[in-house]
Amino acid sequence: MQLNVLGQENGGEAAASSCASGSCGSDNDQMAALPEAIREKVKNHPCYSEEAHHYFARMHVAVAPACNIQCHYCNRKYDCSNESRPGVVSELLTPEEAVMKTKAVAANIPQMTVLGIAGPGDPLANPGRTFDTFRMLSEQAPDIKLCVSTNGLALPDAVEELAKHNIDHVTITINCVDPAVGAKIYPWIYWNNKRIYGEKAAKILIQQQQKGLEMLVEKGILVKVNSVMIPGVNDEHLKEVSRIVKEKGAFLHNVMPLISEAEHGTFYGIMGQRGPEPEELQDLQDACAGDMNMMRHCRQCRADAVGLLGEDRGEEFTLDKIAAMDIDYDSAMKTRAVVHAGIMEELEEKEEKRKRLAAVNVPASADIIPEDTRPVLMAVATSGGGLINQHFGHAEEFLIYEASPKGVRFISHRKVDQYCIGGDTCGEKESALAGSIRALKGCESVLCSKIGYEPWSLLEEAGIVPNGEHAMEPIEEAVMALYKEMIASGALAEKAPEAESISA
Amino acid sequence: MALSIVDSCVNCWACYDVCPSNAIYQSSAHFKINPKKCTECEGDYAHPQCASICPIEETILDAAGEAINPLGSLTGIPPEKMKEAMDEIQAR
Repeated sequence: MQLNVLGQENGGEAAASSCASGSCGSDNDQMAALPEAIREKVKNHPCYSEEAHHYFARMHVAVAPACNIQCHYCNRKYDCSNESRPGVVSELLTPEEAVMKTKAVAANIPQMTVLGIAGPGDPLANPGRTFDTFRMLSEQAPDIKLCVSTNGLALPDAVEELAKHNIDHVTITINCVDPAVGAKIYPWIYWNNKRIYGEKAAKILIQQQQKGLEMLVEKGILVKVNSVMIPGVNDEHLKEVSRIVKEKGAFLHNVMPLISEAEHGTFYGIMGQRGPEPEELQDLQDACAGDMNMMRHCRQCRADAVGLLGEDRGEEFTLDKIAAMDIDYDSAMKTRAVVHAGIMEELEEKEEKRKRLAAVNVPASADIIPEDTRPVLMAVATSGGGLINQHFGHAEEFLIYEASPKGVRFISHRKVDQYCIGGDTCGEKESALAGSIRALKGCESVLCSKIGYEPWSLLEEAGIVPNGEHAMEPIEEAVMALYKEMIASGALAEKAPEAESISA
Repeated sequence: MALSIVDSCVNCWACYDVCPSNAIYQSSAHFKINPKKCTECEGDYAHPQCASICPIEETILDAAGEAINPLGSLTGIPPEKMKEAMDEIQAR
């Protein structure tokens, strides 16, 4: 029932859940298949663990402006405060300023566990600025995890230095393993003091990425691979990429949709290259999931983002605001340790509960969900903590979960489209609501803490049933509970909505 | 003999890092090249380094004031082929 997956070479069964019981609350424990040592390393890293991203925050410092390649989805004129996407920042920082900012954020947002350098250029094309920042941070803020994201061109030369700074998470963006595909994504690279174009350039980049990946794995450094899904260019090809990077030891693959609005001024944006539809992205992620542990909660954040993954609190930590803060990092570290321990305790309790439930393998007959029951997509409004705890009207994004007889799994997040599509009579309130309803296409219910009367009726008209009955409950349990309610009420006898492509 | 940077520069620091003569400096509005120090990389490299890494077309000029990376040269699509390329991409 799970899917579709055209051209998938193997591993169809591997995607099947290990949880056979209908009473099991969840089959989306993304980390379950990983070795204990890796789980230990990522359990509080919001970008590496789906569960952790509800609780822990991250930040990026923009110390790395220079780049050594050009990607067609990137525009180097990145100075815009209104855009949220990789490569965009509002103010560049010196390494000293970055350290100050990191300590200020860590003191004010104790849930912040991770400091990443992700641009706005390529961190390893700025080795001086990048490694100065890491060196100072590992001395002055030893309780913060350091990670870096790179295009991979300069990676083999940087592996020794990365290992020295105790950086145990590296993300490589790998969009292809075939130079002919690469030539459609990367127009040029700067290599050995020359600008090199086309397939020749792509071939060098691919070799460096693969070599870098192997060297990192050899050193025991965790590698996540990011890929941008570009329809008609590398969409089919990414299945092969996924298989190869897994074979070489990457532990997580994050396939992200191309962002290509014309107003961003990127090559793809200007030329009219489309990005994937949510269901195309999901199909590809599912196809790769047979071979690889997939990440689906990426928010494609800015190179200076601050906060939980769904939010950006960068505005609170501009250089002038930081300058006015008086940070006592030693005492902040003590607070942070207490907060982190509290969250970990909560996560461990959840894990214990999951294990207890899974051990009950003789569910009451009423609990068994017939295998041919169709899956249902539900949207969830949450402000973190893994709970249904956000007012419908406050949600800037929804998390999408799929409930099926196999359990509950996280599918994706969807941003609420805030722009107005109506004419002169279209007020702001209406347009935001219309945006929310569009974002929920394909979902049959939306779970939130509260919801107003007006959106309630409009949602019902759109075939999406609002539900505030499960407020403050853990997300996965609530989704499963609602699924069972829907089964009991006969709601699933009706056909799934049209946009629903997951149960092809 | 010296190259120059014009105001389409986006201040990405890439040229600053690769100049073998330390001729490039940060300045208001954008980076600039000190003409007394610039050697156009003669004796060091076959190609001027700033112009080999600069991501913005028409931003680095040669001594005669001509763009070293003319329009279309960095995307790989000459302006006269733009329409054709656009049609191909939009069909994806």
